[in-house]
Amino acid sequence: MREIDVSGLSAWFGSKQVLRDINLGIERGSATAIIGPSGCGKSTLIRCLNRMHEEVRGAHVEGKVLFDGEDIYDPRVDPVVIRRRIGMVFQKPNPFPTMSILENAIAGLKLLGRLPKADLQERGEQALRAAGLWEEVKDRLGEPGGRLSGGQQQRLCIARALAVEPDVLLMDEPASALDPASTLRIEELVTELKDRYTVVIVTHNMQQAARVADWTLFMLYGEVVEFGPTNKIFTTPEDQRTEDYVTGRFG
Amino acid sequence: MSATVSTFEMPRTISSQRRTKDRLFSIALWASVVIALVPLLLIVYRVVRLGVAAISVNLFAHTALPASLPGGGLKQAFLGTAMIVGLAIAFSVPLGVLTGIFLAEYGSGRIAAVVRFTAEILLSIPSIVAGAFIWALVVVALGNFSALAAGIALTVLMWPIMARATEEVLRLVPTELREGGLALGYPRWRVIMRIVLPTAGAGVFTAIMLAVARGLGETAPVLLTALGNDFVSTNPLKPTDAVPLRVYNYAQSAYPAWRALAWGGALMLLVGVLVLSVTARMLSIRQQRRMR
Repeated sequence: MREIDVSGLSAWFGSKQVLRDINLGIERGSATAIIGPSGCGKSTLIRCLNRMHEEVRGAHVEGKVLFDGEDIYDPRVDPVVIRRRIGMVFQKPNPFPTMSILENAIAGLKLLGRLPKADLQERGEQALRAAGLWEEVKDRLGEPGGRLSGGQQQRLCIARALAVEPDVLLMDEPASALDPASTLRIEELVTELKDRYTVVIVTHNMQQAARVADWTLFMLYGEVVEFGPTNKIFTTPEDQRTEDYVTGRFG
Repeated sequence: MSATVSTFEMPRTISSQRRTKDRLFSIALWASVVIALVPLLLIVYRVVRLGVAAISVNLFAHTALPASLPGGGLKQAFLGTAMIVGLAIAFSVPLGVLTGIFLAEYGSGRIAAVVRFTAEILLSIPSIVAGAFIWALVVVALGNFSALAAGIALTVLMWPIMARATEEVLRLVPTELREGGLALGYPRWRVIMRIVLPTAGAGVFTAIMLAVARGLGETAPVLLTALGNDFVSTNPLKPTDAVPLRVYNYAQSAYPAWRALAWGGALMLLVGVLVLSVTARMLSIRQQRRMR
């Protein structure tokens, strides 16, 4: 069974429809890239997968998103619970400015009730290691998270998302605000993470999609144009528009 | 210099006419600054000069005495103001900060619009109206002038300042931080308590202090609610003295000793407001640095 199954998903900002009848299946332990030109709805789609879209004033969603067979848009489902299992990393690194590096890493854990301090430390370290940041920050865990470089901040945000041990990690253009070296580190990280987590990554960078993703979804004007193995999308796409886009003819 | 493209040559000099205009405008700006500052400086100078002369141990250690007796002070007024403003803080901080949170975080619907409009109106009502209103509501009902009534009257004035200022600083907290919290599975209230408020921290504190500075010097509403008292009153349900009230009364008196006390009280009020404003200003500068 597929871990995430999207069917007939449409989304609006006020009266403006930004997603039209999206169907998509995501397998456990895979990395899926969502590509497309600016404004095609890729960020909205990923934000529908953990119910973040509805946090924008006036936004609403129709359709189904099955996660482990359960519709996350069922009225009985609490979005808070969904978001603990489906983590998210944003385009702009957003460490909490009043918290230290360690506190940022374990910020989500504090919700799970009172854990002993040693446990928190331990899991914070694990998360920072998983995000490839531990070696750089282990001697300065008490410093504010905002003092790190942009790329480090983004890895701190990844650590923060990983610390709560989600099943799925959503990444909304996680490297677009970073320099090439930091981008490379994030990409390496994604490749490591997809062994343990299901990763969905939005990117405007087609080479990035080709490097990290098993599956690629190409979107245009709020609709899915083509979805398939990354290899196929980039070499022998079925749709002419996909070919035009991946060969750089537009967008 | 490329000789190929540009046919339009930038003039190398600025015409003397433009230069004169520029100079005149600068002079006008500086002049208006000076004109605005002069009265302020004169007031401060006079209050400090006459106020410092009136500062003595008696000012703080003794209560009011008839003008014929030497050594009277304003002890009862300082304590009264502390009690009144303390009560006002106790009422208005929770009310104002919570209203600010509501407006900033949940404030999109019709209720928020009404609350915002109400706060806006309250911000601009004359303070004596607030005093008269609380007189009718609290003093008449309790049958007594009291510190409690004065505290409530000041709350009417301080609450909207805090609410609007808190709303403003909370709006400065980037949406990305709220989303970061929500995406971790924080419930809304927890995002506010653990992320938004700490990030805006000093800003909220600034909002509180500005409102307190306003309440500290209010005279009319206190006159109509606390009445005044020659002795120290520790009962919040009894008439209570206040510094602005004493200043108002003593400043008009015929006795030099009382007028001196009025200057001393005025100086202490000025210092109090100054300390609050400067602290608020410093905190908000630090806050802005951190937000960046």
